[in-house]
Order: sequence, then structure tokens, then C-alpha cells
Amino acid sequence: MSKTRVVNQVRPSVDGKGIMQGRKGYTHDFVPDDALIVKVLRSPHAFAKITSIKTDEAKQLSGVHCVLTHLDFKRKAHTRAGQGYPEPSPHDTFVLDYYLRYVGDEVAVVAADDEDTALEALSLIKVDYEVLEPVLDFEQAKDNNIRVHPEEDIYEMFPIGFDPKRNLAAAYHMEVGDVEKTLKAADVVVESSFYTQAQAHVMMEPHTVHASFDVYGRLTLYSSTQTPFHVRRIISQTLAIPLSQIRVIKPRVGGGFGGKQAIHGELLVAAIALKTNKPASLRYTRQEVFESTYTRHPMRIDLKIGAKKDGTIQAIDCYGLSDTGAYGEHALTVFMVTGSKVLPLYNKVDSVRFHGDVVYTNRTSSGAYRGYGAIQGNFALESLIDMLADKLAMDPVKLREKNMMKEGETSPIFEIMGEGTEGTAMTMDSCKLDVCVEEGLKLSKWHDIYPRKQTNNKIKSVGMAIAMQGSGIPYIDMGAATIKLNDDGFYNLMVGATDIGQGSDTILTQIAAEALMTEVENVAVYSSDSDLTPFDAGAYASSTTYVSGNAVLKAAESLKAMMLKEAARVLHVKERDITFDGKTFKAADDEITLSSLSNQLYYNDEQKQLTATESYVGHKSPPPFMAGFVTIEIDPQTCEFEILNYTSVVDCGTTINKALAKGQIEGGIVQGLGMACFEDVHITKTGRLISNNMLNYKIPGVHDIQSLTTMFTDSFEPSGPYGAKSVGEIGIDTPPAALANAVYNALGVRLTSLPITPEKIFKAMKEKERNHA
Amino acid sequence: MINITFMVNHRKHSLEVKPGEYLIETLKRLNIHSVRRGCDTASCGVCTVLVDLKPVPSCATLTARLAGKNVTTVEGIHDEAGALADYFGLEGADQCGFCNPGIALSVHALKQQSSPITEADIKQALTGHLCRCSGYVSQVKAIMAYLKDDAHV
Repeated sequence: MSKTRVVNQVRPSVDGKGIMQGRKGYTHDFVPDDALIVKVLRSPHAFAKITSIKTDEAKQLSGVHCVLTHLDFKRKAHTRAGQGYPEPSPHDTFVLDYYLRYVGDEVAVVAADDEDTALEALSLIKVDYEVLEPVLDFEQAKDNNIRVHPEEDIYEMFPIGFDPKRNLAAAYHMEVGDVEKTLKAADVVVESSFYTQAQAHVMMEPHTVHASFDVYGRLTLYSSTQTPFHVRRIISQTLAIPLSQIRVIKPRVGGGFGGKQAIHGELLVAAIALKTNKPASLRYTRQEVFESTYTRHPMRIDLKIGAKKDGTIQAIDCYGLSDTGAYGEHALTVFMVTGSKVLPLYNKVDSVRFHGDVVYTNRTSSGAYRGYGAIQGNFALESLIDMLADKLAMDPVKLREKNMMKEGETSPIFEIMGEGTEGTAMTMDSCKLDVCVEEGLKLSKWHDIYPRKQTNNKIKSVGMAIAMQGSGIPYIDMGAATIKLNDDGFYNLMVGATDIGQGSDTILTQIAAEALMTEVENVAVYSSDSDLTPFDAGAYASSTTYVSGNAVLKAAESLKAMMLKEAARVLHVKERDITFDGKTFKAADDEITLSSLSNQLYYNDEQKQLTATESYVGHKSPPPFMAGFVTIEIDPQTCEFEILNYTSVVDCGTTINKALAKGQIEGGIVQGLGMACFEDVHITKTGRLISNNMLNYKIPGVHDIQSLTTMFTDSFEPSGPYGAKSVGEIGIDTPPAALANAVYNALGVRLTSLPITPEKIFKAMKEKERNHA
Repeated sequence: MINITFMVNHRKHSLEVKPGEYLIETLKRLNIHSVRRGCDTASCGVCTVLVDLKPVPSCATLTARLAGKNVTTVEGIHDEAGALADYFGLEGADQCGFCNPGIALSVHALKQQSSPITEADIKQALTGHLCRCSGYVSQVKAIMAYLKDDAHV
């Protein structure tokens, strides 16, 4: 590619300084002084029906302005999921409901002058519950006598396998070739079941939203959301307010990771504001974030691989059982990604099957979470590939190199499986997975350590895994950008794209600056305001760099064409006879600076505002690829281990911002290591969450990681802006399998359930000893 | 109510506080917005401020106990925080930034150390600061580079 000045460079975030200096930026910084404080009464039972609810006493308390229960809402099923419309998630949720389906489900909502009064009012609401027996074990949920959703007024928007009578939120089946037949004929078959847990997002900013009316009487929400435009639509549809009366602003967001890709509290504050005509504010407590938002989908994956003796993989058969908890947001899409963004890694198979069920249980819902579906599937597949290598007595890296996806190749899965619908056929125009593996082996000093090295009383070992992701949802999710030329020749960039801390404001500004041949400082960015910025589906599905980035590039090119036309008019030449270097338009014997041209356009002759708006929707979803290598040191007696290093070699096409891309990968790796090593939610026998605060739910801290080695391969995706693909999710995928493989390489025990704790390894060692005895 | 006098960012404040009032709430009353709530259990480090140059979680520090003390929030080290931000930017350590003001204050406290600051010291200073975005390694590198240029190493 030609040399770039602004992209593929290190650039500090456009808002990094202001954020470090503590300037106002996040949702809660903008709560109006007179906002009512909203608190939610939550279910103490995993499954119950409200038989009576009395709010008189609470309403009479001085300082209380409003108490709402299910009796105050017209029943209208919706999904909390922020996805393209119609959503591939069942409409199975009500703003408030007489059925309560998990501990923490919403019973009633109170608005008061201050927090103490609101909390006191909650205690004055008298609820009689008919306590029902819950379904807590997802392996017992399908066709259980207990129905998590017994109501009749819930539905799917189009066929997704929704069958609440059987506790199915969704189901899916696809097959290429004849898997049973291929497996029967294979020289070697390996199989195992893998379990992945409910991981919590633990973004540092709790979910926060406030609503008020502006001077035009329109409802304005500030929300810490990843999907402001979906929020606006869902509020309008569910509360029956015209879309034209709602504005949703997303200020800075303190982390999302998928956890803010759904409605959390927006409907409640909007309802309170509408009822009271007063501003209303709701900030989730950390306990509410844990109990009442959602987690990663726990899954059981039954996987089989058939291969020839020489290591040619012929068939992959995957059944998945996914636990969506009480509500089915993202039930089908997460599940499909377990197949669609995992199985094409080994694309030369004769046959492949992917099928399974997504079941309801009486637990906190599952939902979107960075790497959704992919991390679960990757753990299973990349563990079983090492098990196959072991059975074939083959090197696990060579086995991968022989079978994995290469540049110019494709997989039939791309066309069959999309997100909730059919997919899109594509060949890999950029795939440097082979380079990722090769470089990773060197950087991790794999050959010096593999499979293990004794050091004093400890064992050092390595393990690896490869992964792929996607770049947006083709033909469904659109991003748009507007660029405006101002006097003195500076630009405004308005994007619907949602910066949730990943740095999209910065990289989209870089793309605009590169295309307009100017500096980042000359482009003022504003994002995610449903009134003032064009549409964007939101920050999810690894879409922003690729989809929104392409929209920005198109808008910049359009604006440049408009500017050239105006320059040609002023210089009395043809457009093709002008060159533009970002500052000056030059013709053969005359020139005009952009600054002068823009001033003339504002003030002098033939005045006009130059503004370009362009949209982009992907026609493919080019996957980023990576190879991850973990080096651990484990004490064979206690089975305690330390992560010494994690090497990541990534093909995300061109890195728009080298520093931010590294941040995305390293943050993903450490979040993935948290899931691999210790993160887990625990419930009591009655379904109450034990790990409901940051003392009981540990996330990685500074001492948990010794070192990270992160490298990007030279790669260029022809359909991406300046050759870029996405980078937001790929980092999280490999750690669980890489760790499981490293533990096996160290001690010869195979852990198939996450997290891989020293206790589990110890137990597996004891079992192995018993079996040998 | 208890009447107390203390300093916030070198300015004297005398005010009435409830016996159970936490510093995070008092600072909000004083229109300081940089001190944000992350966890409610004094375990995340987001609401860190300095009391007499020592980092404390303001969500678990009673204002009534601060008579005569000096409280520093990131507004009190504005230029220094801006300088540190540049180093975070170059390392890719600045993402959502929700934890950053607290970290800037802990780095300021670390700079009071008289002996040369090591990587272990930096990790110790970051111990109370959870971050879900960065993976920490870039933060440690950024802080090390900042301190080097600031001649504290």
C-alpha cells in the first residue's frame, strides 16, 4: 500500500488527556441537579409470581414522586438486545412483569428526591409472591416440566427455533456433507465435552442512564450504552412514544465489552420521566451490575473430530448447549458465532455439522460479551486439536498448519451461517494466519520450551491456539458518517459510531484526516447522538473500524470531490487540472488555500455549506486472525501456576492506530486469561448470586500478568479502510485453549471445564494417579 | 451534623457533614466530578483520592475524619495528569479511562518516594486500581516512561 501519514501510526486518543484530567464526560457527570433518583425493587426469588403488590405506603412517603409496577405498563413484549431490526432474539421481556425469573429480576421501580428516600420507599412496597420451583441447571432445562416462560404473549420476529414450551429460546442446525459417514470412515476420531462458565463483564463504569425533557418537550436520554440508536428504537416501540420525540446521547462510556449492548434501565427512567414530567436518573449499583444485567452464555460443547493418519482433518461435529438464563437476548446470534467464527479455521474438511439448543433457566440472563460464542467454541476446538495431535503423535502446531485457513481460501460455512440469518460467501483476501503462527513460535521461544522444561521444583510449559473473528455483520449493520467543512478549513466529523473506550473516535478521526490529507487536530469529532449524528448500528460485532471506518473514508472522499469542484470554479480551471495537498489547491498558474476557499464559501461569493454524508454496509465480514501462545510456570505439587508471558501475533489488516490496536489485543488477552484462570459466577442452591461484588468476583489485577508480547503482521484487507479489519474481539479468544494446552503439556492432564484453577488441575492429577494405580 | 475544615486541592473548605458521609459524596457537593464510583465495596480504585498525599478510596473514607487534612483530586494535579496522559496514549494504555484519574493520583503519590522508583514500586502503586481495558502491562510501561522523563527514576 502507499505510504500513510496518519493511519498505521501511533496517535494518542483524542480524548485521552481530558479523561485523565478528570473532565466531565461520562453519563453520570451530566445528571441534572433536580433529577429524581430511581431505585429498583428486585426479586429475592429465582422464580416467582406476584400475587399482590401494594405501593400505597411507599407512595405516601414524603419525597417519593412515583412508584411503578407491572400494573402501570401496557404489556408489550420486547427484547433488551441492541441488534439490527427485526431482532433475531425472542421478544420475551416486559418492562415490568408479574413473573420474576431470576434473583434480581425487576419487581417495581421508585423515584424519589434522594437515594435514602428511594431506598426507604422500596422497603415499604408490600409484595406477595407465589414462589415457584426454578430451573437452575441448564443441562436439565430442555423439556423440563417447569416452564421458565409460561406466558402466551411472547414471540419470535422470524424463525429462530424459539419454543418456550420446551424452554428453548432458540435452536439451530446445519450440516455440510455427511458428518456421520465421514467420521465412520476416519482413521482417528477424538471427542470430548467442554464446559465454559458465565463470565461477568466488569466494565469499570456501572450502567448509568438519565432522562429529562428539553425545552422543545422532547425526551432526552444520556445513556452509557453501546447502541444509542437501538435504545431509541426500543424505547419508542415499547413505551409507545413517537420516535421523533426521543433523543439518545451517549457520552464517554467507561467500558462495555458487550455488557452495554442491551437495554438496562433506559425504559424505567424514560417511564418515570414521562409519568412525573421530571428528570430521572438511575445508576446501577455494582451488585445490580452483577445480578441484573447479564453475563457470558455458559455452554457445554460436545465436539468430535475425524482425521486421517497423516493428520488431514476430515470432519468436525459440534453440538452446543447454551444457557441464556431468564431472557433470550442474543440467544441465537451468540450460539451461531460458536460455529461460524470458529469452525472455518479448519476449512478443508469433507463435512462439518453444527447444531444445538439455547435454553432458558432461572438465572441472570446471558447476553453479548466480547468474543461472544467464539471464545466458547475456540476453547473446545483448539483443545480438541491438541488432543488429536496427541492421538496422532503429531506436533500440534504442524497439525494446525496443515489444516488451517490460508489466504485465498474459503469455507462453505460463511455462506450458510450469519448472525441469526444466512451468511455471506467470501474468500479470504487477507489471511496471514501462517505468519502469525510462525512469528509466534519465535517470539514465545516455543521450541526452547515445548512441551515442558523442568526448572527447580517447577515446570515451565507452553500452549497455543489460533483464532478468527469477523468485521461487522454484512448486509445488516450499517454505519454512516458526516463531514462538514468549516471556515479556516477545519472539519467536523459526525459519526453514529459508539466509542465505549476502545478509541473509535480517535481511529475514525485518523481515517478522516488521512483521506483529507490533514492532521488529526484539524478534525473535530462528535459521535453517538441520535439527533446530531447519522445512524450507526453501534459498537458490537467488531464492526467499527471496518464498517464505520469505511463510511468515514467514503464521506471524506465525497467532501474532497465537492471541495475540488469549488476550487475549480474559483480558479477557473477543470477539476482534473487541480492538485490538492490538504492545504492548497494548485492549478497550472494559480492556487488557493483551503483556508481561503472555505472562508469564501462562508462569507464572500456563491456561499454554501459543504457537507458530505456517506453510509457503508459490509458485503463481507473479513475475519482478523491471530495465534496466541502462553508460557506458564506450574508447581506440580500444589498445581499453582503463574502466567509468565502471553504472545499474540495478530492479522487485523492495517492497524489504524498501532497503540490502540495493541490496547485492544492486550486488554482482550487479559480478559480472556481471567476467564481461563479464575473468573466464575457462583450461585446458592436457591439461585442467589454469591459473586455479586468485586471482592467475591475477582478480575485480573496488575500482579496476575508478568508480561505480554504483542505483534501485528503485515496484512492488507482490500475491502477495509486503508486495508484495515477489526481488532476489538479477536484478542479474547485464544487464552482458554492455550492455557488448557499448556497445562496438558506441563502435567499430562486435560482440563475441559473453565476456569482452569489449581484445584481442578490438582483433582485431575489425583484422578490420573488413581487410574494408573 | 459535624462542622469540619479541610483543604481540597489547596483550597480551604468549612462545611457541615453528616457523621456517616463519605468523602466521595462530599466532593460531589463541592462540584468535583472527577471522583467516580465503580464498585461500592472499596475494591476497584476508581474513586481514589489523596489524603495528605496517600491514596485512599473516597467511597470508604468518612469526611468527618478529615479535619485539617489535605485532600487532592485529579483537578489538583491538572498539568501533571495531562503529561501522564501523553505517555498512556503512546503505549495504548488509555482506553475507557474510567480508572485513569485515580491512577494519576497514585502516580503522584508514588513520586513522593525518595528512593528511585522501580517497576515493582509501580506495580505496587497500581495494586488497588482495577482496569478491565488495558491488561496493565502498557500502563506500567507508560508510567515508567513518564517517571523517567520526569526524573523520578
